[in-house]
Amino acid sequence: MADSEPKADDVFDVDRVLRLIEMMKKHDLTEINLRQSGQKIQLKRETAQPQVVGYAAAPPIPQPMPAAAPAPTADSGTAPAVDDPNVHIMKSPMVGTYYSRANPESEAFVKVGDRVSTDMTICIVEAMKVFNELNAEVAGEVVAILVENEEPVEYGQPLFKIDTSK
Amino acid sequence: MYKRILIANRGEIALRVIRACREMGIETVAVFSEADRGAAYLDLVDEAYCIGPPKAAQSYLKIERVIAAAEVGNVEAIHPGYGFLAENAHFNEVCRSCNIDFIGPTPDAMDLLGDKNQARTIAREADVPVVPGSDGLLENEAEALRVAHEIGFPVLVKATAGGGGKGMRVAANDLTLKTAFQQAQTEAEAAFGNPGVYLEKFVEHPRHVEVQVIADLHGNVVHLWERDCSTQRRHQKLIEESPASNLPHEIRKSLCESAVRLVKKAGYTNAGTVEFIVDRENNFYFIEVNARIQVEHCVTEMVTGIDLIKQQIAVAAGEKLPFTQDDIKLEGSAIECRINAEDPDHNFQPRPGKIEHMFTPGGFGVRFDTHTHAGYVVPPHYDSMIGKLIVHQPTRSEAIACMLRALDELKIEGIQTTAPFHKKVLQHSIFAAGDIDTSFVERTWAD
Repeated sequence: MADSEPKADDVFDVDRVLRLIEMMKKHDLTEINLRQSGQKIQLKRETAQPQVVGYAAAPPIPQPMPAAAPAPTADSGTAPAVDDPNVHIMKSPMVGTYYSRANPESEAFVKVGDRVSTDMTICIVEAMKVFNELNAEVAGEVVAILVENEEPVEYGQPLFKIDTSK
Repeated sequence: MYKRILIANRGEIALRVIRACREMGIETVAVFSEADRGAAYLDLVDEAYCIGPPKAAQSYLKIERVIAAAEVGNVEAIHPGYGFLAENAHFNEVCRSCNIDFIGPTPDAMDLLGDKNQARTIAREADVPVVPGSDGLLENEAEALRVAHEIGFPVLVKATAGGGGKGMRVAANDLTLKTAFQQAQTEAEAAFGNPGVYLEKFVEHPRHVEVQVIADLHGNVVHLWERDCSTQRRHQKLIEESPASNLPHEIRKSLCESAVRLVKKAGYTNAGTVEFIVDRENNFYFIEVNARIQVEHCVTEMVTGIDLIKQQIAVAAGEKLPFTQDDIKLEGSAIECRINAEDPDHNFQPRPGKIEHMFTPGGFGVRFDTHTHAGYVVPPHYDSMIGKLIVHQPTRSEAIACMLRALDELKIEGIQTTAPFHKKVLQHSIFAAGDIDTSFVERTWAD
């Protein structure tokens, strides 16, 4: 039987859940699935208000599994309005590690609010020790950066929202 | 033992490997194409990465993306499954150069045995009977004719870089041999990038009998007995069984032992299958080696009680095989039917689509390995196999009865499957008598 008192690193710790909700809002994520020591929690966000979908005690597995990767999906609507046709979502063309800057000491290539053009480097995705500089796919204003520095990214994962009307 | 493995495959075999890993306490990383996003089996892994659009060439076959996923997923080894990159020596090398173990043979062993003609040479060196044929690749048409006259028509012109039933042409006389030789070279160049062809005597109506082998990294090699895969259509296996029926024990033993000799000679490690053809007089001849785990490995698992995927992982991690040849016993009889999303009444055309309802069989000695379920959409981009139905019973006739019962229970609605066709085959008197050869299905149910 599970303990009734949540431990400091328990997934059901309320502070942790609140932090997860904030993280979802900040990075425009729509779903997080976490598993730890035989318990799991799933957070889904349909609109601006995140909802805790549910949690259940899964059967115990021989070894503890650390947190799974969050699953950002396509545009779920922040400011500007949902599905603004002017907002282009730039997706990763490869699997690798996202870097927001050329090296740890330098400034990020772009920040929210910057104007970019298609001949500008917007980020680096590194795979197999090759650092691929990616140019902005379209010209416009960066309205959202959907990934964090050094985060693993997959093919098709949304990286930036660029407003082409600005 | 590994802490984390990436599975460079999809569907049924990905699920099979995931299951073994979960039991061994190994974390799993999966890769998937956009066509497989949301597949139920992906819920079972620790991390999953999208590696491309639906087409295999842009996703599952993209070496750099698979490796990139392995690196961000921080894995120690990759299991390639079967198909896709499983027999790609270059991928094997790339893994190792990135300090990731490839769960399978070394690139050298893979290259050596992947060349059919070289494999024949090693077989001869290991005192393993080969089909009478040319002594290496054919230089020209004149040589083809000379060898054909030595060994006697009909002959088979085969591509050295081919496999899986591809790149072969039969010739019954000089004229057809000349055409076959030219065409085979052209086709081989186009399909495999290697125009090399060799000649073999065409054995009519052979049985296809293959031996499961496994070798660790400490020099131990064993066989896990044989599987009869003669029930085929257009060189695609439909039904596999173990043991091979109506084959005397001494012959089976000799066949399996020669497989071990061959594998030892080639320095092959991890799991593999050595394929033979057996003629009407029960003479067996080596054909080729499949340097990977195969679809039908489950048949051997049932009769030997050995989990082959777990053994593959353990061997790759450097462990010794936990059994000797004497420990391996074959018990009872096992049969597998490959359930494909195809219409057997219309030339086995693929029938991708949504499975509306599904009821799966069970009971004593019944195993159904599938990644599908009610609501699953079978994508059109990959092979049509949706599941493997395997039964294990004390005797072959009981296994046939059990399989028929299980096929009756299996309900897959919304798409068509080959299940009804399997019933017809299993009910046929020739199958019941164990009198099958590789021409049985095509002769009996001509298109």
